[in-house]
Amino acid sequence: MQAALFYGLSIVAIMCACGVVVSRNPIHSVLFLILTFFSISGHYILMNAQFIALVNIIVYAGAIMVLFLFVVMLLNLNKESEPHKSDLVKIIAATSAGLFSLVLVGVLKGATLPAYEGMMDSENGLVKNLGRVLFQEFLLPFELSSILFLSAMVGAVLLGKKNVQA
Amino acid sequence: MFDFLEKSSNIPIEYYMWLSGILFSIGVMGVLMRRNVIIMLMSIELMLNAVNLLFIAFATFLNDPKGQVFVFFIMLVAAAEVTVGLAILTLIYRNTKSVDIDFLKKLKG
Repeated sequence: MQAALFYGLSIVAIMCACGVVVSRNPIHSVLFLILTFFSISGHYILMNAQFIALVNIIVYAGAIMVLFLFVVMLLNLNKESEPHKSDLVKIIAATSAGLFSLVLVGVLKGATLPAYEGMMDSENGLVKNLGRVLFQEFLLPFELSSILFLSAMVGAVLLGKKNVQA
Repeated sequence: MFDFLEKSSNIPIEYYMWLSGILFSIGVMGVLMRRNVIIMLMSIELMLNAVNLLFIAFATFLNDPKGQVFVFFIMLVAAAEVTVGLAILTLIYRNTKSVDIDFLKKLKG
C-alpha cells in the first residue's frame, strides 16, 4: 500500500515538474506546479509530517501560487507569445540537467548513511512537538523571519508603486 | 490517525534522495531552458521544494523534528523571495513590456 502510494506520488510529481518546465502557456505551468506541490504534500503525509503537509498546501499552493496566477493574469501573459530559446540551447540545457541529476543520484547512491531506528515516533510531525522545538530552540530565527517579512512587504509595496517621489 | 502510515520505514530513504535529486535537476533544467522570468521563478520554487522534501525525509528517518522546523523556515524565506521577485518582475514588465530575460543584459557590463 505504502510503496504503491510512494511510486504513484513520485510519478505524478516528476511528470508535473516536467510539465512546469515544458508547457508553453504560463497558466498551465502554474497549474502543473500546484499539482506538484500537492503530490509533495502527499509525500509529507506519507512520512508522518502532517503539519508541514498542511502548511505546504496553505502557503505554497494557496498563497504563493495565487500570487503567481495574479501576476500572470495581470500582465496578460496567458498566451504563447514568448520567444523560445534556440533548439541547441534547449538540448544543451536538457543534457546538462540530466548529467547533473545523474551525478546527484550517483553521489547519493554511494553515500554511507547513519543507521536509523526501525520504528519512528509518529507524533514527531504534530503541531505540539514542532511548536515546542520552534519556540524553544529556534525562537530567534522565528522572530528574525518576521523582520524579513516586514522588509519584504515594504520592498514589494515600494517597488510596485507607480511613481515614487524622492 | 492513519493506520497504514504507522511505521513508514519500509520505504528506504535512498528513494527519497533520488526523487528529490531528480526534482532538483528538473528545476535546474527549467532555469537553463526558459526565457520567461515567471517560469524561471517557478523552477526556483521547484528546487526549494526538492530540498524541503529531502529535509523532511531525513527528519523522519533520523527521528528529529528540527528538520521539519527548518522546512518551515525555508517556506518563509521562499514566500518573501517570491513577493519581492514578482514585484521586480512587474516593474520590469512595466518598463520593457516583456518578461523575456534576454532583455536584461544591461547589467552584464
